[in-house]
Amino acid sequence: MTESIQGYKGEALATIKKYNVRVWSDTLIKSSRGEFKGIILPRSENDDTTHIVLKLATGYNVGVDVHTITEMTELGYKEAHYKIPEKEFPYTEGLPKVKLLGTGGTIASRLDYRTGAVIPAFSPGELYGAVPELADICNLDTEKVFAVFSENMGPSQYKKLAITIGEEIEKGTQGIIIGHGTDTLHHTAAALTFMCQNLPIPVVLVGSQRSSDRPSSDAALNLMHAATAAGHGDIAEVMVCMFGPTSDEYGLLHRGTRVRKMHSSYRSTFRTIGDVPLGTVTRAGVTHIHSVFNKRRNDHNVKILPYFEEKVAIVYYYPNMQPDIFDSLVANGYKGIVIAGTGLGHVNKLIYPAIKRAAAAGVAIYMTVQTLWGYVHMFVYDTGRDLMSMGIVPAENMLPEVAYIKLGWVLGQTSDLEKVKEMMLTPVSGEITRGEPYNGYLIYQGGIPEVEEFIRRVHK
Amino acid sequence: MDSEYNAVQNFERTRQEVGYTPFSEATRATYTGLGFKSGLEIHQQLRTREKLFCRCPVGVYQEFDDYDAELVRHMRPTLSELGEYDGTALMEFRTRKEIIYRLKNQTACTYEVDDTPPFPLNRQALEIAMEISLLLKQYIVGEVHITRKQYLDGSIPTGFQRTAIIGIEGEIPLSGKNIRLIQLSLEEDSCREVSDIGHRRIYATDRLGMPLIEMVTYPEMLTPQEVAEAAHYLRFLARSTGKVRTGIGAAREDVNVSVTGGTRIEIKGVAHISWIPLLTHIEAYRQKSLLVIKDRLNQKILKPDSWRVITKQLKLEDVRTTLPFPGADLQLVAVLLPGFKGILSHFTQPGRDFASEISDRLKVIACLEKPNLLHSEMPDIVEFAALAKLIETELDFGKHDAWICFAGPEADIATGIETIEERCQMAFAGIPRETRKGLENGTTLFERVLPGADRMYPDTDSAPIPVAEELIVKLRSQLPVELPVRLEQLSKWSVPEDCWTYLLRNNLMPIAEKIIEDFEVEARFVCTLIAHYIKGKVRLNKKSYNFNNLYSLFSFLQEHDIRWELIKEMLSIIIEHPKIDYQSVLNLLNWKQEKAEDLFRKIPYFTESVLKNCQMKCDHKAISWVMGKLRNQALGNVKMELVQAKIKELVEQ
Repeated sequence: MTESIQGYKGEALATIKKYNVRVWSDTLIKSSRGEFKGIILPRSENDDTTHIVLKLATGYNVGVDVHTITEMTELGYKEAHYKIPEKEFPYTEGLPKVKLLGTGGTIASRLDYRTGAVIPAFSPGELYGAVPELADICNLDTEKVFAVFSENMGPSQYKKLAITIGEEIEKGTQGIIIGHGTDTLHHTAAALTFMCQNLPIPVVLVGSQRSSDRPSSDAALNLMHAATAAGHGDIAEVMVCMFGPTSDEYGLLHRGTRVRKMHSSYRSTFRTIGDVPLGTVTRAGVTHIHSVFNKRRNDHNVKILPYFEEKVAIVYYYPNMQPDIFDSLVANGYKGIVIAGTGLGHVNKLIYPAIKRAAAAGVAIYMTVQTLWGYVHMFVYDTGRDLMSMGIVPAENMLPEVAYIKLGWVLGQTSDLEKVKEMMLTPVSGEITRGEPYNGYLIYQGGIPEVEEFIRRVHK
Repeated sequence: MDSEYNAVQNFERTRQEVGYTPFSEATRATYTGLGFKSGLEIHQQLRTREKLFCRCPVGVYQEFDDYDAELVRHMRPTLSELGEYDGTALMEFRTRKEIIYRLKNQTACTYEVDDTPPFPLNRQALEIAMEISLLLKQYIVGEVHITRKQYLDGSIPTGFQRTAIIGIEGEIPLSGKNIRLIQLSLEEDSCREVSDIGHRRIYATDRLGMPLIEMVTYPEMLTPQEVAEAAHYLRFLARSTGKVRTGIGAAREDVNVSVTGGTRIEIKGVAHISWIPLLTHIEAYRQKSLLVIKDRLNQKILKPDSWRVITKQLKLEDVRTTLPFPGADLQLVAVLLPGFKGILSHFTQPGRDFASEISDRLKVIACLEKPNLLHSEMPDIVEFAALAKLIETELDFGKHDAWICFAGPEADIATGIETIEERCQMAFAGIPRETRKGLENGTTLFERVLPGADRMYPDTDSAPIPVAEELIVKLRSQLPVELPVRLEQLSKWSVPEDCWTYLLRNNLMPIAEKIIEDFEVEARFVCTLIAHYIKGKVRLNKKSYNFNNLYSLFSFLQEHDIRWELIKEMLSIIIEHPKIDYQSVLNLLNWKQEKAEDLFRKIPYFTESVLKNCQMKCDHKAISWVMGKLRNQALGNVKMELVQAKIKELVEQ
């Protein structure tokens, strides 16, 4: 690995060394483009190796090209250290006891104004400093369970979280919030639904789409909504709580097995698929949309089932997919495959032989749909019937990611394919539903007069 | 009630104490005496096709009540450097404003509503900004870093403006001296404010994200006139590129003012350069007044640190007076300001006293619409005699004290009291750091607390952009003629000074120069034609004229061998009917080509007729009569002086 000091490498590092200046030093740079005076800042690891970053007295940052530099003089030195202010989280008699479990995503944070680094706020005191309104909602305690980015969450984290949830319930916690990055929030939500059954209290997963170092962040409101749903709501399920509309109005509570991130950047990115959401939440409380849900209880009778088989994959089908995709999974010892098929649950004839070989090798194969909305219906066309005869099991209206998580969880408990099938097709919590409400699938298309009229009248 | 006290006299007396000199009587010495210093931040929109960080079109404006969708947001302060919320942040949070954005489909995408990260910076805008930076003789940065500048007023839905330094330092020449620049930055424009009433502020997002440059000078202007001169210069310089937007709101000025012992106050968003001199003049005296108030308070009140207001909630049923406060379900609070006698009616600006400083803040911070207070030193307080008596009894009012009475919804009362106390405490220290809004009459209103330097954060959503040497070389080779050169040209051509502003402001020098060179026309003729004749016609007829067509008109005249004198007659028709072709203009004018000798041959007929019939004694009257007969036929065909000489010759014979 090449040498790097605070992000400076190559020519930039050589220049810093040549003129004997340091990162964090107040420096005068003479260059062929003129004189620049400011504090040398650390450089982002991925940026090029030919510029030095200066913070000018006005607060702006600029880069100076090392090829233009003729002289550098250190005028002073001041290294910056930053800390989130901490205030004691006040205890209020009569408010519910809520535990916030941290997974490493930043729920509340501030940006280090000099380096751009994000400093997370996590302890109750730090959170109180950032979102004081939380103290009006609940008595909050926090625990950092582990620290990984959302994209690095996986089975071992799911299991650890499930066990921690069990312990918290045993201790009498009245609601649990899990702070989580948004990219794989719905995978974790599904995993926890299967691993924590018969919940007596709400378990609310929450994240933010605009980080809390921005004044327009959704983090604070999401956190308040999550605290309300966890502390005061009566839905004792694993839920995702995120913005309903993009306006600062209300949050939606999504069932952990029916939720999916649907936009790469919108605040209202999470949507319940194949159903309507469980409810809405504002600081005033939870309003139900779904009438059937697991109600809050006072007992501690939760079932924690922390199992997971890691040799499970999702195969997203595309036209002209070649059989070797399946063969390589089998060769690598995969025990379960979830296919996201086209239309009602189809793949092409080209891969039939590979599917037969996989089934013969004892791999559990389940079919879901790429359309996300709707059921697998494999009796409608011959293709579907062929596939079923080869051993592919239709997974009803389970979402592909949910089917993946559930298959991993089931295979972690049994390898008996009949038992696997029984468990896969017996819903734990809404991952397969008896039917789909006709008003669940509502993807409005802008431009149509009645939709435009709706948007104009109702805040988005 | 203290009936002895005369607030009007106090206002007048304190005005004299401050030494307020009316603007018309002020000289350079007046400003030297005040220690007047001023710097400028000139904002100029760039003429690009798309916005700075997204691909929405620019310059498409909506009517405020014409929108396709609305969005609601709230701005929260973020933790800043020392773990404290900065001043502006705290103020904006206290106001608990609901921010509503009105969107139009054509000019808003997911970027405007802060639901997607920025797209790569608009290169066209970057190059225009670099060009202007080069004209200012600045040092161009090696790498452009996009920075977030926090604004919590909601004027930008992200809560911050994306901005980047393009060049630093540089200077411009004024008539007497040079003024240095601090920097030029490229930034996105903010929303336009539709309204701000109570706890609800509404914005339109059409202007949001349009590319803008900000040119910042050092505070080196020492008189209001210098400030205006520098503002004009920077505007002309930007316009000389032909790549900036013009029209209402396309250029806006922020003016910083301070005086000896004072502090930097920023007057924001001044729409007209002509307002600047009076605004800065009055602001200088406002600062001086606050310094006088500071001294007076510190003499009267020995322990400023422990100074507090005393408040009492009044029962509305006890107040048998009609109150001026707007709104319903109001609570009424009386606030005693111990030792503040003579301060509330103290002069701060022409027509405004210290109480108005408090009233402005109650409106902005506590969201109480005006009129939002009554006080013990109002000129017309006798009209509220019963209320005054009640307050003075309730508050144990003493002869050195003052009181304020305000009303508002229950939720705003605490903020209202805090705001009054805070502003009064600030008076002990002098001048609070704030931004102010300039009015046409030269006075200013409190707008926001001035934010600190630590509201700048790197934009983690964008990568730095390297600025290659080749790009600078390319841009340098395409720069327009520099402004000092233009000024010298105008002077050399003896163009009257009243033409200069129009020519420079509208960037008409390049076209004028081309006409002068290509058709060998006299420079002064072309410049006055543009800046006197066409300007006047256009204003009078409320029409517009595309100056690019002027070249083709000269070209037409040359081709048809018509003298330039005819151009005014033609233009008066062209401005009225912009689509008309030039030949039709000639027909409308009834103009016919005529040779000089043919025309001269007509002269004897007229001279004989005039001399025979009228017996005019005075030759020149006879000459002008004949000229009148022949003028229209001569125009564009023969030089007028020549015709006149010919007539003169014949008459004198």
